[in-house]
Amino acid sequence: MIQSFFKSSGEYFLLLTKVFRRPENYKIYRQRIVDEIDILGVKSLGIVALLSVFMGAVVTLQTASNIWDNPLIPKYTIGFTTRQSMILEFSPTIISLILAGKVGSVIASELGTMRVTQQIDALEIMGINSASYLILPKILASVIINPFLVVISMFVGILGGWLVVVGTGLVTTYDYIDGCQIDFRSFFVFYAVFKTIVFSFVITTIASFQGYFVNGGSLEVGQASTRAVTYSSVVILVLNYIITQIMLI
Amino acid sequence: MIEVKNLYKSFNGVEVLKDINITFHQGKINMIIGQSGSGKSVLTKCMVGLYEPDEGQVLYDGVDFHSLDFEGKKEIRKKMGMLFQASALFDSQTVLENVMFPLKMFTEDKKNEIRDRALFCLERVNITGKDNLYPSEISGGMQKRVAIARAIAMKPQFLFCDEPNSGLDPRTSILIDNLIKDLTEEYNMTTIVITHDMNSVIEIGESITFIYQGESIWKGDKKDILVSDVKELNDFVYPSDFMKEVKANLGKGLNG
Repeated sequence: MIQSFFKSSGEYFLLLTKVFRRPENYKIYRQRIVDEIDILGVKSLGIVALLSVFMGAVVTLQTASNIWDNPLIPKYTIGFTTRQSMILEFSPTIISLILAGKVGSVIASELGTMRVTQQIDALEIMGINSASYLILPKILASVIINPFLVVISMFVGILGGWLVVVGTGLVTTYDYIDGCQIDFRSFFVFYAVFKTIVFSFVITTIASFQGYFVNGGSLEVGQASTRAVTYSSVVILVLNYIITQIMLI
Repeated sequence: MIEVKNLYKSFNGVEVLKDINITFHQGKINMIIGQSGSGKSVLTKCMVGLYEPDEGQVLYDGVDFHSLDFEGKKEIRKKMGMLFQASALFDSQTVLENVMFPLKMFTEDKKNEIRDRALFCLERVNITGKDNLYPSEISGGMQKRVAIARAIAMKPQFLFCDEPNSGLDPRTSILIDNLIKDLTEEYNMTTIVITHDMNSVIEIGESITFIYQGESIWKGDKKDILVSDVKELNDFVYPSDFMKEVKANLGKGLNG
């Protein structure tokens, strides 16, 4: 198992060296990045917004239920906690995990299908660096668009919390917004965006690695897709801990 | 011209190709025939560089392909066209975009020139009015023809066809065979066809190599193949009792 881990890791890094070679045609690569931004990013906007609004709402409710009876804790804590939870953890990490599931499986199955139907071989025979042509635009697209998705998620999540506040009357809008503004540091957003960039790289490269080297048929494509989601989720959680330890402590 | 010299290839200790020596001539249809699992596709993949041989050389007009670096290989690959068994058209691109793809990637031509060339290639393989359809929206025979159009878009010197008739009805197979034959003459290409379809061999085969268990054991033309006394080849060409009877009668006819 350890041997297999090191072998796969070696192949992963060798693939990356192939991915980051000089592109054959910059114009086509630019167009592919734009297409991938649409496929991997813009088309995920709906699910990101939906999840974020509910995450923000739930965090608000849970915080309220914990401090409601305590006269020593000010009510603006609800807004403060919602903001901190969304910015520091929920938006960058949970949304990245969701994207690992959605985008990771799309990438792995797309590349896996291209492999088993010999489309990747066709690219190679044409003299095209297939790894770079297929994977590099996906990496760049994700690294560019995912931070935007996460920032949108932060806003929508905080908005979701506010909707709960308005709907239930737990605290006043003034207290909630006051809580959202207290002790705000832009470093928190930088930390979240940095994490998102790292996670985006992890999702696209691991999913691409799993899909690119599929050997077999439709069954193996499905297995590669599952592995892509599982491995990228695990790596995201481990890196989340490491990055947090380094940047926040 | 392509020359394969002393080529060996093995996977996990199992020797798949053993000392292959073949010359493929320009302007001719060179066929590689053999049973499934005999090593035909592995040989082709070694020739086009998808596999690295363990030993031996593949010479394109005298240049050893496997000794070249990535850029060197790329230059030779620009002269190759390949028709895959499953067509290998890009699902996400339309018929026209598929044919335009290599031109967009490797030429400095203007957009309308690229489009005109792609349309010409499609017309050459008798595909018209399907430009905006996706590969999944056309028949298997059409997919093969689009793949041929894509393969000839860059005016290749070397054309590889991996089982071009697989999955096609006999009539469409003959159409594809004749198309390959005509294009080989038109572009004066070195064409290599991998097949186990004897109809194709008799229809268009000019120089034929029989691979058996990873070894090249017979070479000749389509007249020789019918009267060969190599047992393994006869078992391949005349696989059923009925066909063996045909062969016996053919022998009588030739002798009498």
